[in-house]
Amino acid sequence: MKSSPHMFLVGKLATLSIAMFAFGYVVMPPLYNVICDITGLNGRTNSAAVAAPDGSVISDRTITVEFVSVINSSAAWSFKPVVQTMEVVPGKTYTTNYIAKNLSSGPAVGQAVPSVAPSSAAKYFNKIECFCFTKQEFAGRAEKEMPLIFFVEPDLPRSIDTITLSYTYFNTGEDPENLSDS
Amino acid sequence: MSTAAAGHHDHDDHGPAKGWTRWLWTTNHKDIGTLYLLFSLVMFFIGGGMALIIRAELFQPGLQLVDPLFFNSMTTMHALVMIFGVVMPAFVGLANWMIPMMIGGPDMALPRLNNWSFWIMPFAFLLLLSTLFMEGGGPAGGWTLYAPLSLQGGDSFAFVIFSIHFMGISSVMGSINIVATIFNMRAPGMTLMQMPLFVWTWLITAYLLIAVIPVLAGAVTMLLTDRFFGTSFFNAAGGGDPVMYQHIFWFFGHPEVYILILPAFGIISSIIPTFARKPLFGYASMVYATASIAFLSFIVWAHHMFTVGMPLAGEMFFMFATMMISVPTGVKVFNWIATMWRGSMTFETPMLFAIGFLVMFTIGGLSGLMLAITPADIQYHDTYFVVAHFHYVLVPGAIYSIMAATYYWMPKWTGNMYDEKWGKIHFWVSTVFLNVLFFPMHFVGLAGMPRRIPDYNLQFADWNAVATIGAFGFGFSQLIFVYVIYKCIKGGEKATDEVWEGADGLEWTVPSPAPYHTFEKPPAQYS
Repeated sequence: MKSSPHMFLVGKLATLSIAMFAFGYVVMPPLYNVICDITGLNGRTNSAAVAAPDGSVISDRTITVEFVSVINSSAAWSFKPVVQTMEVVPGKTYTTNYIAKNLSSGPAVGQAVPSVAPSSAAKYFNKIECFCFTKQEFAGRAEKEMPLIFFVEPDLPRSIDTITLSYTYFNTGEDPENLSDS
Repeated sequence: MSTAAAGHHDHDDHGPAKGWTRWLWTTNHKDIGTLYLLFSLVMFFIGGGMALIIRAELFQPGLQLVDPLFFNSMTTMHALVMIFGVVMPAFVGLANWMIPMMIGGPDMALPRLNNWSFWIMPFAFLLLLSTLFMEGGGPAGGWTLYAPLSLQGGDSFAFVIFSIHFMGISSVMGSINIVATIFNMRAPGMTLMQMPLFVWTWLITAYLLIAVIPVLAGAVTMLLTDRFFGTSFFNAAGGGDPVMYQHIFWFFGHPEVYILILPAFGIISSIIPTFARKPLFGYASMVYATASIAFLSFIVWAHHMFTVGMPLAGEMFFMFATMMISVPTGVKVFNWIATMWRGSMTFETPMLFAIGFLVMFTIGGLSGLMLAITPADIQYHDTYFVVAHFHYVLVPGAIYSIMAATYYWMPKWTGNMYDEKWGKIHFWVSTVFLNVLFFPMHFVGLAGMPRRIPDYNLQFADWNAVATIGAFGFGFSQLIFVYVIYKCIKGGEKATDEVWEGADGLEWTVPSPAPYHTFEKPPAQYS
């Protein structure tokens, strides 16, 4: 095709469409994660351990933390918090446990995904240690008690008096033998 | 192609090729426009057949005719076929036929690309429709293909993704072609602000398509790799987020809504001045309103997902941004009414469809405003009220504008007047049944009937039966449309070059039927 007056314009438009594809496929997913991590939108909490508070600032009030467990429908697990609710003073560190059991006879690998409601509380809820940071390996019918150490930041807005922490437990479908870091 | 500047040109030398391969190899904008329009008409009946299966199942509560999985794949396929197979190709077909004639250009800027854009479409839809006959059935998770539900279907999902890719490639190529045509092929001296509004609305629509169809392609590619290649874009267990799919999808999806309606605004802006015998009221404001709607369409996507749990500030932003769209849309509606005000109106079939558009599209727009109110939307979300809303903007909106355009320009295409009596019967029968079909959906929706469910509570039975009667009436009355088109192609009263008494625009200066090549010598009136 001989060069025509249209080619410059067509080139620009084609570049625009390729750039938009790249925006959707390459740029958006990491950007979305970064925005959710920074703002706590979507109930996203920290996915790696944070340092424990030094205990210098302790709030003068008590809030309620509720623990919820959800099992992804495709997983043969039982998964429950040891306690349903705790009264928590923001600034202090607390420990609780979840109990997971592999109901199938074969080995399996599980992974918990946390979410905090209301989402505006997510960035004030900090996990010092959490089973959700790693995957867990289970032998057939094995049961594990898994720790969670957390604190709520003292500058939590006054309007929030209840925080709900929900874990959804997934069977990752991986073969436990191939899992080195659990 | 001859580049002779001589005024008299022997068109017989350059008529269409003989035989059926004419349609396969054609690079003529009129041929390709015809192909697009006929393809759209065929798909209209396929998508309509699916709608009738849905309505037949919903005639009574309980499960009577089809199993729930097939019902769900019918709702999914009905939407995909109607959006990508009917409304968009019909608008592209009208663009192909009319834009070169309206701007005084000899053809589209990239004729071979044009041929390719069209011929991808039948294969894309063959691929899509073939999934219904595959193991596991067609896609059944809704046309939005929300993850993780859409990832739990059969392996035919790959065919769905590839067909969407093909449709997208076709749309983007068609859009690039349209933008190049509008910028580079205008008659000498024709400024942008002298272009007919149909050209303007298509220019803006083409930019929307180029910007958002690739985003859809990205989203469905992520679905594909999540389903088959072990990525976890939308899989929470692997660190992904299903809500992200909704954000990406609706970042495409909301501009797509305006892709389906902006060309309709252009058509209505051509028809109403003709039959009111007055120039369009507020031409410049129409252009700016169209551009404003296009801009706003990019910043309102999350109003489709008020119930996913957004922060209050986000819900407020998307609520007010959404409501703001009613301002430029209102400008358009009032401009059309002002155009008709004290005009010498006559009510030929295109005008009836245009007025039907105006009245019923506004009903759909008002229910859209109700849905924009966040606290109300949490009540209405995923009910039949939403179904009523978008069918009011798409059927008497987009579809009526396409029918109006067909009646309006068909005499120019075929050289024959259509049968006015049957055209009017088509309008009135369609309009009555359309309201019988869609209006009761408001009632059952407000009462809480969920969408995409094959069975329902007994309390919704009466209005569902009414809607089903309307659906069959509306569906079969479209056979009148086919009859009128067939009759008009075969013969009838000869159309004059101007066709309509009050018509204005370059397309009415060429003979009827429009010769195979028009404006090889550009029109002089603008230079």
